Amino acid sequence: MITQWLFTHVDRRGAFVIALLVAIAVLVPLSNLLLPATSPFHIPTYLVSLIGKYLTYALLAVALDLVWGFCGILSLGHGAFFALGGYAMGMYLMRQIGPRGVYADPVLPDFMVFLNWKELPWFWHGFNHFWFAALMVVLVPGLLAFAFGWLAFRSRVTGVYLSIITQALTYALLLAFFRNDMGFGGNNGLTDFKDILGYNIQADSTRSMLFAATALFVALAVFVTSFIVRSKLGKVLVGVRDAESRMRFLGYRVDRYKLFVWTISAMMAGIAGALYVPQVGIINPSEFEPANSIEAVIWVAVGGRGTIIGPIIGAVLVNFGKTYFTAAFPEIWLFALGALFIIVTLFLPKGILGLYGSWKARWAERVARKRDGGPPPVADANSTQIPEPQAAE
Amino acid sequence: MKAQDTLLYLDGVSVSFDGFRAINNLSLVLQAGEMRAVIGPNGAGKTTMMDIITGKTRPDAGDVYFNGDIDLTRHDEAEIALLGIGRKFQKPTVFESHTVEDNLVLALAGPRSAFSALFHRQSHDEAERIEDILYTIRLNGKRDWLAANLSHGQKQWLEIGMLLAQDPKLLLVDEPVAGMTDAETAETAKLLREIARTRSVLVVEHDMHFVRELDVKVTCLHEGSVLAEGSLDFVSNDQRVIEVYLGR
Repeated sequence: MITQWLFTHVDRRGAFVIALLVAIAVLVPLSNLLLPATSPFHIPTYLVSLIGKYLTYALLAVALDLVWGFCGILSLGHGAFFALGGYAMGMYLMRQIGPRGVYADPVLPDFMVFLNWKELPWFWHGFNHFWFAALMVVLVPGLLAFAFGWLAFRSRVTGVYLSIITQALTYALLLAFFRNDMGFGGNNGLTDFKDILGYNIQADSTRSMLFAATALFVALAVFVTSFIVRSKLGKVLVGVRDAESRMRFLGYRVDRYKLFVWTISAMMAGIAGALYVPQVGIINPSEFEPANSIEAVIWVAVGGRGTIIGPIIGAVLVNFGKTYFTAAFPEIWLFALGALFIIVTLFLPKGILGLYGSWKARWAERVARKRDGGPPPVADANSTQIPEPQAAE
Repeated sequence: MKAQDTLLYLDGVSVSFDGFRAINNLSLVLQAGEMRAVIGPNGAGKTTMMDIITGKTRPDAGDVYFNGDIDLTRHDEAEIALLGIGRKFQKPTVFESHTVEDNLVLALAGPRSAFSALFHRQSHDEAERIEDILYTIRLNGKRDWLAANLSHGQKQWLEIGMLLAQDPKLLLVDEPVAGMTDAETAETAKLLREIARTRSVLVVEHDMHFVRELDVKVTCLHEGSVLAEGSLDFVSNDQRVIEVYLGR
């Protein structure tokens, strides 16, 4: 019954990816923890954390695609929501250090002692509880997105203007978090974490569990995105993407639909950031760099915007390439990334999944032509087609 | 005439863009159940008039009332659409990456909140309405087609079908036969007359042949105000209309 319910809201491809993510959430920790290091199937801890990091990027990409691919809102500042979620988790991890810091203050994190602060700022209270931090991970990015979106969408800021102010948003946060007086560790950010939920954050088992949690959250995001996209609301979003003012003349409050999906997306990005921080061991203001947000856009474009699993493929592939290139040929990575973006824009406007889709369509056509005449151009349920956005009128 | 007895009531409406008076002291009254054709040269203010009625443009002066007592200048596009005014654009504007059926599903009258859309399930009633409309707009064989793959004329019909699905009291139709073949034009005139049996329609059109086929009262606009109004024969014999629009 549950599987049946699942299948009404997720297509076959989505169900396959969810199953795959759940499988690796189980198998990768098992392989890391139970198999001897000499086994060819043993996955070393560094690799577990590396793939875990890629998966947090994949989660960010899924969130970005929900607003860009399905609703046409090109955010160049989604890294801000990711970083805010990361900071919320980082604050919890800082509070867990307790008296084990360099200055051994039982309450104040090291950087506050260093700055001669006498007591904990009000906004650090509560972060010693995991549940509170977890709530803030979704609430802070969610509220910021809600306030930002409420103003922007109500004033009908769209297209490139919206992209520019999202970029300004993340840049403003970057500058703010660099300041020591903000109370978030300034330039150095938050690091030197010890435990999460009482478990040593460096331990293999903790890292495996963080990996499993990340994979499960990506699976959940795939489900939530599928649910939204396949509902009538999803059809409204695509309508907004393709002909916004038509949607308005049909009586839809376009701004509210955008606000809904924008806020959900920011919360997903916040969760991605919160899973990222314990796996890489640090969060600092550089996560707010506009370049990070733009990179996330490239992942989505490479994988295929307007598809649910394209962003996951794009994020993992591009970051795998980044890890390889920055080690092997560090000086050419940025050129490679730029070239990738140009190639995808010029030759693969629908990304890797779009390429796969058109191959499949051509193959099906060839098979059908052998059998009989040409098929009518019926819609493909997984259609990745994105026409050029057209203004009504 | 009092606004109370009318479906649409425009009185003394003016609007200018950067000093250019697009609409100049325009008055126009439409009765419930009436179909009206609006003609006029380019720049006469036909589309701007529709923008004002649908809330896209706010007039600088004048009254715009719907259904007798609803002041349209106080509402935005979405609210006006829900009050019962549907609009077809000059350029066919359908959702190209949706199927014909989904286009109608989106237009179908019903709750419009994001929450209800998220958990929406199609009822038997809705399925029947869609079936009806598909039949009316002669697209019942193409329900699974992507709207992008329809011909120009079929897109126009789909858009008219979306208007029907909205179930409006008043339809504003902007140049419905632009770019259509003669057969399609005749079919569209038939379709609009069918629709006008149950609701009011305001059609803007250049094609005089088509206007003749509609066989309704005609209003000719020029430089933002009404130049002549009456039967097509009356209007097309008006000296000023001939001068500015029909040509000698």
